[in-house]
Amino acid sequence: MERALLLSLNEERRARRAAIVVTDLETGSGRLVRQAEALQDPLDEALREGFRSGKSRQIESDGRTFFLNVHLPSPRLVVIGAVHISQALAPMARIAGFELDVIDPRTAFATPDRFAGSNLHADWPQEVLARQPLDAFCALAALTHDPKIDDFPLQAALEAGCFYVGALGSRKTHARRLERLAANGVPEDKLQKIRAPIGLDIGASNPAEIAVAVLGEVIAALRGKGPGAAG
Amino acid sequence: MNPPENHRTDPLDIAAAWSAEGRQIALATVVETWGSAPRQAGSQLVIDAEGNFEGSVSGGCVEGAVIAEAVDVIASAKPRMLEFGVADETAWRVGLSCGGRIKVYVEPLA
Repeated sequence: MERALLLSLNEERRARRAAIVVTDLETGSGRLVRQAEALQDPLDEALREGFRSGKSRQIESDGRTFFLNVHLPSPRLVVIGAVHISQALAPMARIAGFELDVIDPRTAFATPDRFAGSNLHADWPQEVLARQPLDAFCALAALTHDPKIDDFPLQAALEAGCFYVGALGSRKTHARRLERLAANGVPEDKLQKIRAPIGLDIGASNPAEIAVAVLGEVIAALRGKGPGAAG
Repeated sequence: MNPPENHRTDPLDIAAAWSAEGRQIALATVVETWGSAPRQAGSQLVIDAEGNFEGSVSGGCVEGAVIAEAVDVIASAKPRMLEFGVADETAWRVGLSCGGRIKVYVEPLA
């Protein structure tokens, strides 16, 4: 691989843009294909399939063998609430390969001491998400159970098509939340996508265990094993 | 702002950082798998001329052999295709105890 190709690839990855590296396995020559360029490419069908599935694979074309290495943006977990669960969730999610943002406008909670090494935003979700919009490669976990803080990002996550949207709170809290979001114009089929009560049912009984349950549920959604997944 | 933890162990970020330090490196990539291979196609390992490495192409079963080959690839500046099957005494001394087979492409960073 040429060094310039590696640097371009890393630049695309940092900007959260999908890219495929095509390597001719006989000659060793490689090139970078961005999503918008796939249509004009001689390997367009295989490239589009790669962008869609995220699966890297070897293909044959015109008697030559190519390897298509698909680089989709790494999953990003946006946590609303700098609460006790988030303190455990942040390092676990980072180790599992997630980019992570913790957002909480309450400066008593959102302190660098409590969240060393995390991207911590002591701001309202409205402001942070305007700067760093959610996308389909994002998961959102709303953990404050304060409607003033949680409702906006929940709605934004549903509208952005985040692969996972979860919200902490009792069944009663969640029922009221659904009423508010419905009154705010969120359609019923989208409301159904909110995972609540949040987290896999593993009997979690303290903040760290709830963090494991939430991370497990996020990974299940990412890998297509969550409830409602096809197959 | 600190980079997320995973950037410090991401093989492609490491490859760029090592290369910027002037180190000669190779990239190993899983290009095909059969059966219950531990890492999927596209998984990568970065190796330098001293045999330092980051990343993985299996569950630790064949990395040793890939690293040894990669040091040769760096010296020759020519890519190489490696294949690993079930652990046995035939083609390779190492293998995958899980029963899978993998093909690993090792290329120099030029």
